Amino acid sequence: MSRAAAGGAKDQVARLLALVPYLHQHGAVELEVASRALGVPVAQLIKDLKVLLMCGLPGGFPDDLIDVDLDVLFGPADDQDDADTTQLAASPGSADEVPKSVIRVSNADYLARPLRLTATEASALIVALRALRSSASAETAPIVDRALAKLETAAAEGSAPAAQIDPGVTPQALAELRSDLSAAISAQRQVRLTYWVPSRDEESERVVDPIAVVSTHGFDYLDAWCHLAEARRLFRLDRIHQATTLDTKVAAIRRPRDLTDGIFSLHRDSATLVTLSLAPEAQWVPEYYPVEAVRPRAAGALEIDLLVGDEQWLERLLLRLAPAATVVAPAALAERYLTTAAATLHLYEGSTVETA
Amino acid sequence: MSTPANARKSERLLNLLIMLLVQRHYVPKQRIREILYPEASQDAFEKMFERDKEELRSLGVPIEVGSLDAFFDEPGYRIRPDEFALPAISLEPDEAAVVGLATKVWEHARLAGATTDALRKLTAAGVETDASALQIAETRLTADEPAFDDFWEATQHRTPVTFAYRRSITDQAVQRRVQPWGVVRYSGRWYAVGWDVDRQAERVFRLSRIDGPVKTDGSPGSYEVPEGTDPRTVAQRLAPSPRREAIVLLVREGSGHGLRRDATTLATGVLGPDGLREWDRLEIQRGSGAADELLSYGASVIVESPLGVREEIVWRLRQVQEMVG
Repeated sequence: MSRAAAGGAKDQVARLLALVPYLHQHGAVELEVASRALGVPVAQLIKDLKVLLMCGLPGGFPDDLIDVDLDVLFGPADDQDDADTTQLAASPGSADEVPKSVIRVSNADYLARPLRLTATEASALIVALRALRSSASAETAPIVDRALAKLETAAAEGSAPAAQIDPGVTPQALAELRSDLSAAISAQRQVRLTYWVPSRDEESERVVDPIAVVSTHGFDYLDAWCHLAEARRLFRLDRIHQATTLDTKVAAIRRPRDLTDGIFSLHRDSATLVTLSLAPEAQWVPEYYPVEAVRPRAAGALEIDLLVGDEQWLERLLLRLAPAATVVAPAALAERYLTTAAATLHLYEGSTVETA
Repeated sequence: MSTPANARKSERLLNLLIMLLVQRHYVPKQRIREILYPEASQDAFEKMFERDKEELRSLGVPIEVGSLDAFFDEPGYRIRPDEFALPAISLEPDEAAVVGLATKVWEHARLAGATTDALRKLTAAGVETDASALQIAETRLTADEPAFDDFWEATQHRTPVTFAYRRSITDQAVQRRVQPWGVVRYSGRWYAVGWDVDRQAERVFRLSRIDGPVKTDGSPGSYEVPEGTDPRTVAQRLAPSPRREAIVLLVREGSGHGLRRDATTLATGVLGPDGLREWDRLEIQRGSGAADELLSYGASVIVESPLGVREEIVWRLRQVQEMVG
């Protein structure tokens, strides 16, 4: 929020407070190298350096100003026009046209050290490292511990309180699976998965072309092309029993999809609209599953509309909720649920309890 | 984006910072005006100077206010270099690589940005954070709950907050007043732990159950977190995991994979209630709510013991029949 609202000047000062000490540390640095190290596009870096030309000690004498050595500032690529500088940034590889520019800053010893970390920066970094720690292996855990200890000390000296924020534990097996899948994705290798499909309660093997690992709604998923289903599918990482990276290359390289609308919008075209009536104890359902509509009914009941791509999934949900949910429409699904419930009850009534 | 006006403002902010940083004593406000705001009227100067100070402070620049001397009531300003600068930090190459990986952890725009900013400062201090050489399992942190940012801030600055909270989706939201102690993540969801001012007791709040905005309800630093508070321990104390018990089941051959993963198989080829020897007898450990899970398998799973779980399932299935009439 503050970033967008406060606009360019504040952010620019923040960048300069890193750029000056960085150049102080490294002496003369190639523009491209500084751009990469600080994560600031070249065009922006040049604009930032121009601001620096007018800054320095409050005496007002030329000697008081910070010295900036930057040939590209005054070279042919330099123009007040934004379009030109943007172009410069857009073609960093064209070394033939743009000579390698070296930048250097002097007469700014008072900015030799970067600004301390803010409380938010220190906590964000420390909590991220704690999360890495929770899934680290026996070899890497001590490294994370050492880094954490040093950063926590630095943050405490900077008076930023160690945040009481606990990212919880990512099971190591899950983190390793994630790493294996990431490696397969960058190597463009196929993966053989043993996957449990809860809605059908079956475990199956399939070969997939992995595309990306994504997180949403608190779960991690592998986005992949499934050669068994011959369709793109999402696989929840905690339901993958085994993943073996194969030597075969993926059949095609696909772009990761945009998940901003959530993962549940995927199978919209093949889904059935189902209306359920929920007793008060089943009202967590619209909190957990994306629903199309919710209508309050008498005595705290709810009626919800949801898109169901897999009827088996719906049946299992209804059984789990029994008897707090009923199918209002379509009738065929109501019938199916009642038949299964009756068949299950029949098994119980026909069996005697063996006392163990 | 970066207009000439913006560039001039950046220059002014940086020059103000340098001016206050290099002086050993407080710089009088009047002198700041003469040097950095020469063309502004008194009114305009007051406004601009206020805003500039606030922007620098919001970047984390510690601007101190003080009196120049006892006889002179005009305020002065300075920045102490030791409070301004990042303390010296020396990381071994493997430690630096781990820190470099931290930028990939947050899948939350503001905190991902904060981690990147932190790393830029460390890079500026000479830390080489090249993560490419390191083999480490990847971890990601998400925080979709809208209230997460507010609790993050409140926890950092010890600011009391008030918010509307639903204990379940059917309950009416009730306004709560809380001193947040910490934020904890459990299986992908975030919870806040703190002192409930009205109930005078520790409480845990699931952030996704907060309705509407979280508002501050007091000033920063107006309470202390009890010494030695570990948010996770508090959360566990207040939401103890239910007692688990052994459940013996008959599961149809080739089904119940979700149960088989952590089950002990007692026997295979068992005679089932359908008269077929196509069932396996399994034992699983479950807490409360086992009936929900087991019901979802329909006619593929039959509970043998304990009797309580079996009776609950039978009762619930009969209810379904009765509702049809």
